[in-house]
Amino acid sequence: MPVKTRQSAALERKKFFADPVMVTTIFSLIILLALFILYPLAMLLTDSVHVRETQLIPLEQILSGEAEVKYLDGGKSLKVVGPRNVETVIPLEDLSASYGYLYVKNGRAIRDGDTINPATAHVKVNSSYWTIDAFFRIFNDYTFRNAFSNTLVLGFITSFGAVVIGLLFAYVDCYVKVRSRVVKKMFDVVSTLPVVSPPFVLSLSMILLFGRGGLITRELLKIYDSNVYGLSGIAIVQILTFFPVCYMMLKGLLKNIDPSMEEAARNMGASRWKVFTTVTLPLMLPGLGNAFLVTFIESVADFANPMMIGGSYDTLATTIYLRITGGSYDTTGAAAMAVVLLGITLVLFLVQKYYLEAKTAATLTGKASRARAPIEDRSVRIPLTTLCSIISAFVILMYIAIPFGALFKLWGRDYSLSLKWFQQLFRDDGFKAFTDSFVLSLIASPITALLSMIISYLVVKKKFRGKGFIEFVSMLAMAVPGTVLGVGFIRGFAGGVFRTGFLQGIYGTGIILVIVFVVRSLPVGTRSGISALRQIDKSIEESAYDLGAGSAKVFMSVTLPLIKDSFLSGLVTTFVRSITAISAIILLVTPRYLLITCRINEFAEKGAYGVACAYATILIAIVYASIVVMNFVIKHFGTSKYQRVKESD
Amino acid sequence: MAGKEKKGVRLDHISKIYNDPKTGKQFYAVNDVSLEIEPGSFVTLLGPSGCGKTTTLRMIAGFESPDAGEIYLGDTAINALTPNKRDTAMVFQSYALFPHYNVYDNVAYGLKLRKVPKKEMDERIAKILELVELTGMESRMTNQLSGGQQQRVALARAMVVEPSVLLFDEPLSNLDAKLRVSMRTEIRRIQQTLGITAVYVTHDQAEAMAISDQIIIMNKGVIAQMGTPEEIYHHPNSEFVADFIGEVNFLTGEVVQAGEPCTVRIAGHDVAVGNAAGFSAGQACKVVLRPEAGILADEGALPCKVVLSCFMGAYQNYHVMVGDTLVKLADYCPVGRKVYQVGDTAFLSFREGCVSML
Repeated sequence: MPVKTRQSAALERKKFFADPVMVTTIFSLIILLALFILYPLAMLLTDSVHVRETQLIPLEQILSGEAEVKYLDGGKSLKVVGPRNVETVIPLEDLSASYGYLYVKNGRAIRDGDTINPATAHVKVNSSYWTIDAFFRIFNDYTFRNAFSNTLVLGFITSFGAVVIGLLFAYVDCYVKVRSRVVKKMFDVVSTLPVVSPPFVLSLSMILLFGRGGLITRELLKIYDSNVYGLSGIAIVQILTFFPVCYMMLKGLLKNIDPSMEEAARNMGASRWKVFTTVTLPLMLPGLGNAFLVTFIESVADFANPMMIGGSYDTLATTIYLRITGGSYDTTGAAAMAVVLLGITLVLFLVQKYYLEAKTAATLTGKASRARAPIEDRSVRIPLTTLCSIISAFVILMYIAIPFGALFKLWGRDYSLSLKWFQQLFRDDGFKAFTDSFVLSLIASPITALLSMIISYLVVKKKFRGKGFIEFVSMLAMAVPGTVLGVGFIRGFAGGVFRTGFLQGIYGTGIILVIVFVVRSLPVGTRSGISALRQIDKSIEESAYDLGAGSAKVFMSVTLPLIKDSFLSGLVTTFVRSITAISAIILLVTPRYLLITCRINEFAEKGAYGVACAYATILIAIVYASIVVMNFVIKHFGTSKYQRVKESD
Repeated sequence: MAGKEKKGVRLDHISKIYNDPKTGKQFYAVNDVSLEIEPGSFVTLLGPSGCGKTTTLRMIAGFESPDAGEIYLGDTAINALTPNKRDTAMVFQSYALFPHYNVYDNVAYGLKLRKVPKKEMDERIAKILELVELTGMESRMTNQLSGGQQQRVALARAMVVEPSVLLFDEPLSNLDAKLRVSMRTEIRRIQQTLGITAVYVTHDQAEAMAISDQIIIMNKGVIAQMGTPEEIYHHPNSEFVADFIGEVNFLTGEVVQAGEPCTVRIAGHDVAVGNAAGFSAGQACKVVLRPEAGILADEGALPCKVVLSCFMGAYQNYHVMVGDTLVKLADYCPVGRKVYQVGDTAFLSFREGCVSML
């Protein structure tokens, strides 16, 4: 049906611009997202394919014909074709620095009136050109190739392991009758641990328990040459860190499977195993793929664990870090590696978000019609619950090792209790580290929570151009590994925006750390805000709008109170993520700021596990306390007071 | 509502185009609709789902923008105004009460935005709550109210700001059948008391009949018929309208002799039919027969065979075959009259003035 005129677009535009607060908000958001997420990544990409060079060519060489020279205009100017075919035309009379070259005499530019001696003067040729040489170079570089394959191998092992264990836990939780209260409680603990846990805690306790001086390997098993450093160490630690996420994702899916489908299969004579392989598993397949990819991205992006327990097993994230900090200052190479790492996570992210997520939703729509009769069969129940309990106990044991690591006098030698590591921590500059981390995270958290609520409001409830951009970019940060973001920020802001010096002042300050915290937590907050807002009937906001409230008023008086829970959890999640963050931060932090996570990393690298554990213990305590406070606040002041209004079809 | 000038609503060649989410093709949700709503009148937009009635209402409220045409509130063109700048108030299907406010704060929301002084605000809220019979419930949270009470809070919240036009988007469809009936009388009573212009969207034809001054029947984005409930029921202008409002039988025939009444040949028998202006001899036609407009007797012009006869309390329900056409009839208050049984042959005649032709 051909439609001639559509005035609605023009009208919508008019209505949109009638709301200056919203227009300003959207505009500022787009600028912020572009500046702090897209721009650093774009600079990274540019850096890896764009080379600026300055070459000094002795004038004598030019005059003697070693560089290719042509006299133009009857000898008034020179055309110099230097290396890489860079052409420069030099008017001999004009000695000012204009066309991207300079005469250089004794290291300074020649001024008017200087006399130059062709034997000592140089021509300075600035050239810039695009090339993908850097990629060829790093792919020929053994270190990089090794790191590349290491990263992928680790990603596969970790994701596979995490999905299998996650599925096991989810299955037991949804299908099997678990009699023991303790076991159920253990499940809960294990599933909340990844939120509470700083990223490298498991690595630390892995070393304490199974390392050369490990409590279990050395004291219990009398193995004196145990080596946890390397692939197996990282893989175990990563699996244990990431499987709870898979567990939560798969649990949500299993709950949505209608039990009558499985009962129908049972009824037609299938065994439990047959039902699992022919009904449950196929239904879960997209969901499993989804969980696999999410874990893969996490594993590939993980910096802290490979750093701490990797030993000589370098991954891309650690290699990039070492390239930048290790003194070689191969920035182009590091940028190219960061682009490769970003490429991996980005592709996986796009597949996961736009293909698998939709597919998961398509296979498992709607809710289960009624509760599932749990499996009581002992032959199923006992082995599965036992397996889960062993894994849970193992994880819990690893967490318990941390405070004891801080309390034992000398791990591996003297297992008597003392507070000396804590004393050393505070005698040192521990107090400053805690204040710095605490204050910076505390600043980042309300900013992130508010920003993510505003973004979710705009994305879910408003129609405007650029909405897709805002949604995509704020989610994109999820796919960007911290290390990549860190390198991007260095390349993007060390010399100011576009190397103009603009905003250069923020580089090396606390502001840039806060910005990184915000960027890193924004996707999480936004996702939770979006799902909370989707639950709210859009006519509630429409009615406020209809009664005369502008967008800002609607947001403050109706939307925000209704998604208060999501806002509060955004506050705490950001705080927790920020105070435990390391990957991007470690590249940007300057000696002016001491951060807990960086300190832990330093001490652990030095082998000072006692102090590292003391830091980690206090960190876990802070994180745990803030979560307890959050739950308390949500329970007493949250939206549970009034029922959530469900969307009416 | 003292002193406030009543305003009507005028839609001038309004169209709205949507993209079909499945095929990606464009279609008209509302196609060149023009209508005028008198100040103070109660007008219902009625039609099956997807007919464009809610879209029309949302365009009046300002949530959607028309692709062609202009909407007037009183004499003012309001196309470019945002919903918060329009003097309309809407009652939503899901009530859309603010769950974090109590009844008082819900009703006060619009008044606070209009910076009404506290004293006047209290008076107006007290008055409106009395009108909707919720006095004493001010401090209740909305989840402590029943569906009917929530609906009345929504009504009070919309009315207390004294809008020029009240908009109703299927406000009763979430209530149970009995409550629906009493609430619609309530809405009508309050609207009459305040003399406010109201536009009401529903797909329930009984509700539309009970409540409206004017009914606008919409189908596939266009207005099928506009008129009072009586006009629409007795003089539908199309099969769609006749079928949508109430029960109906269509008897196909051919005009034998034009005039008033005219003679129509149905299944080989000539019958006299009134309301037949504009028909000429030889023209094919359809007689629109409401179940209660047909009378069965032992003699007459149109013989038929009874295939179902069953007692429904208020009426005797008959299915009869006229030629090959099944006709459903309702004989109200059958006491004292002959009850026909399945297999009987009877004669069908039409109640005077109750039958029309298409």
